[in-house]
Amino acid sequence: MGPEIFLYTGVLFFLSAASASLMHIPKKQYIFVLSCLGALSLGIAGLFLVSSTKIGFLPVHVSPYFQFAFSGDSLAGFFIVVISLLSFAVSVFSTGYAKDFKNKGWLAFLYNIFIVSMYAVVLSENIFTFLVSWETMTVISYFLVTFDRNDKSSKAGLVYAVMSHIGTAFIVILFLVLYTQTGSMEFSSIRAASQNLPEHIKTIVFICSVIGFGTKAGIIPFHIWLPGAHPAAPSNISSLMSGVMIKTGIYGFIRISMDILGHGPEWWGIAVIVTGAVSSVIGVLYALMEHDIKKLLAYHSIENIGIIFLGIGSAMMFRSNGLYTLSAIALIAGLYHTLNHAIFKGLLFLGAGSIMRATHTKNMEEMGGLIKSMPYTGLFFLIGSVAICGLPPLNGFVSEWLTYQALLLGFNAPSITSKVISPLGGAALALTGALAAACFVKAFGISFLGMPRSRQAQDAKESSISMISGMAILAIFCLLAGIFPETVISMISPSVLNITGSHGDISYKGFLTANQSSSLSPVAIFLSITFICIAAFIFVAACGKKKTVSADSWDCGMLSLTSRMQYTATAFTKPIRIIFKKIYLPKRELRIAYILKPLFVKSLKYSGEITPFFESYVYEPLTIFIHKAAAKAKMLQSGSLNLYLGYILITLMLLLMFGT
Amino acid sequence: MEYLQFLIILLFSPLLNGIIKKLKANMQGRRGPGIFQPYYDLIRLFRKDMVVSVVASWIFKAAPYIVMTSVIAASMIVPVITTKSPFGMMGDMIALIYILALGRFFMALAGLDTGTAFGGEGSSREMTVAILIEPMMMLSIFTAAIAAGSTNISKIAETQNLLYSPSHILALAAFIVAVLAETGRIPVDNPDTHLELTMIHEGMILEYSGRYLALMEWAHYIKQMLLFTITVDIFFPAGISHSTELYGVAAASGAYAVKMLFMAAAMALIESTRAKMRFFQLPSLLGGAFILALLSLVTYIMMGSR
Repeated sequence: MGPEIFLYTGVLFFLSAASASLMHIPKKQYIFVLSCLGALSLGIAGLFLVSSTKIGFLPVHVSPYFQFAFSGDSLAGFFIVVISLLSFAVSVFSTGYAKDFKNKGWLAFLYNIFIVSMYAVVLSENIFTFLVSWETMTVISYFLVTFDRNDKSSKAGLVYAVMSHIGTAFIVILFLVLYTQTGSMEFSSIRAASQNLPEHIKTIVFICSVIGFGTKAGIIPFHIWLPGAHPAAPSNISSLMSGVMIKTGIYGFIRISMDILGHGPEWWGIAVIVTGAVSSVIGVLYALMEHDIKKLLAYHSIENIGIIFLGIGSAMMFRSNGLYTLSAIALIAGLYHTLNHAIFKGLLFLGAGSIMRATHTKNMEEMGGLIKSMPYTGLFFLIGSVAICGLPPLNGFVSEWLTYQALLLGFNAPSITSKVISPLGGAALALTGALAAACFVKAFGISFLGMPRSRQAQDAKESSISMISGMAILAIFCLLAGIFPETVISMISPSVLNITGSHGDISYKGFLTANQSSSLSPVAIFLSITFICIAAFIFVAACGKKKTVSADSWDCGMLSLTSRMQYTATAFTKPIRIIFKKIYLPKRELRIAYILKPLFVKSLKYSGEITPFFESYVYEPLTIFIHKAAAKAKMLQSGSLNLYLGYILITLMLLLMFGT
Repeated sequence: MEYLQFLIILLFSPLLNGIIKKLKANMQGRRGPGIFQPYYDLIRLFRKDMVVSVVASWIFKAAPYIVMTSVIAASMIVPVITTKSPFGMMGDMIALIYILALGRFFMALAGLDTGTAFGGEGSSREMTVAILIEPMMMLSIFTAAIAAGSTNISKIAETQNLLYSPSHILALAAFIVAVLAETGRIPVDNPDTHLELTMIHEGMILEYSGRYLALMEWAHYIKQMLLFTITVDIFFPAGISHSTELYGVAAASGAYAVKMLFMAAAMALIESTRAKMRFFQLPSLLGGAFILALLSLVTYIMMGSR
């Protein structure tokens, strides 16, 4: 039995789930059970593919030029495993989450097609199939973004649609260039032919793939769709979009720039490292200022994509210098973080969905104290937060450690630029890590700890068992991928071997050793943390039983503290806003109405916000320019039939004069 | 034997803090408490009853254990008197910084857990300072790590014996600033005050009492001694034993004690002669240290590897 049977079964499950959701049946939330089975089956297929050679599936000829062709290799297999893992957990979550949706049939339909389209993207074998799958994925996700019909989501959907299609345009250009230069639609023959492409053609393809796939992945400055689109969609969808859909951008980038194009000049890798460093730092800086819990998570996706790019960029840089072993280590770091980000970001979005279900708000300033009313959601959200900050013993730490190692090994590259840029990338990663920790202290501390800040937060109830188990699955994987890196790396290394030609000198006899120099043993760290914790507990218990008195928090002798006297999310991030004001460009407005100036104040209104740099200074002027140009161009289109006939006449005459 | 060298940090860290306090008092013309005072304080706190806020959740109760665990786990990684530390393979410098960050993460959460403004203020400031320290600390370690070809502290300590290059001196300067900030000392934070407007570390643990406070305080002492140890391991490892034979270890212990006393004296001197900086002046101090670290790296690259 090969992977084919599991693959077909899985797709069949998803498609039957999609068709069932269009039928008239009661309790449509249980359709998601079918999606679970589909994800499970495809996950097995992915595990098969990881270690197998290339396998083709299901070629369908539409016309001599256009045929659907799918094939799976180890890289596709790895991404299939990632997609399946998250889809499985999200489907479990959705059986509870979708219950209260009005048109859950439509949701379930889009959901299943969306997942299938992501599988199709990573399995595509030729240009035509890839573009069709890519567009299907984009269009379906557009419908999911605008699922809740309101002004906000339709605006987010519009920005998403426009940005995605700009990205797709670059991808089309890329494929057209490849097709005209190699004369082939099949990825395998393009790969064979592309080794002889001239340098400038390769560079054009590389730049197009950075912009095209970078837009989908959400790197800065092409990220502006992301903070709008992810929060607008229902939470299970945000989880999939942020966890895996943006990863198809990473997949496409690796496939084109590393697999198909092969070697490139060193500056490609350096450019990718710089892009990654900028995305990670700027992404997390904006996340810190965000008090909408889903927007905050969306900005963190930009940050994590940046970290993944740091790994991939180092891999490209090493490979152009012929350092294949180091290149493999860096690529392992990038792909490991891809998996990790899918797990913990999926978990955090599910957590956000669970919170919103209970409190009906996305604003963290209206939450607080939720850990008491929602203990399980709280615990799993905490696990996700610790993981995303890259703290041991969870999974984020291992991949960030590998990324640090990759960047430090950059010192072995011959050129001075790489020697300087790589450690600076490491410093950017350290800054990102510290900022992320601050951000999640805020996100978890303000929403789950302290006193409830609003009525809704006070009345919050824990979510249903299925939603909790969806989160629990991912939380367990956060721990597993954090303490057993060798399993994950063995899943990644076949594709890394295909791309870089090396396994990467990472040995694991109980601990990881990168390039025989630095070592890390996540298992030992986990065990020692556990044992020390138990020992500390025993030590304290041995000090004898002491009384514990419950009392109010210290209130400086005032009457009692109210929830409004707590630190808010805005206050928490104020020092950071002041320190990084060159980036945030904060605006503040203070309006005071007096009864009698200057002493007796009637009302006081304070508002502060930051300027979103890219939106205000890049995209807004661009939009205004396009609008103006369109207004000029409109003069051609007067609506008069005679004029249009005149155009035809002129065109015809020009053709007759110049065309032969 | 070599398995247990972290116990040195665990047991002597209160003493080191007592010595710093005593030296500081003497420099300021006071007699000051005895050098064993921190032990008496800890014992007294472990014996006391506790007051826990009604607002607090399990995070508040778990945080002291996690903070304590993080500093002990970090100490296990560090070679104290011999570089043959079996736990050294468990993690490297990066792991160590991240394990300490785990403790900080939970301490900051505990600050927010009781719902008071002091706690929130402390957490917010602590995380802000951490943002400024971490990149600088990493970068100054990178220089040493690149020179040694490894991020494992034992290997860094084994590669060299003394400061030998301008790049290391620059990195050391940056690292000292990082240590001052991490241990909550003047000019970043004042360990002796409970003045609301200035406190960072004390703000976060304001609600703690009894044995939880004892754990938090002890963890703070351990973290301080740990950071001193890392400084001497990376920048002046001379004297540290490379084996586990008794004679070498005994000599190394003596050298270690001298080095720790030197660090304590340096801290006391800095604290007595500097004033605490205004919070929003910190970016210029820590940013300056970042530039030093960067210069150290560039110097190293330009001068080539020896």
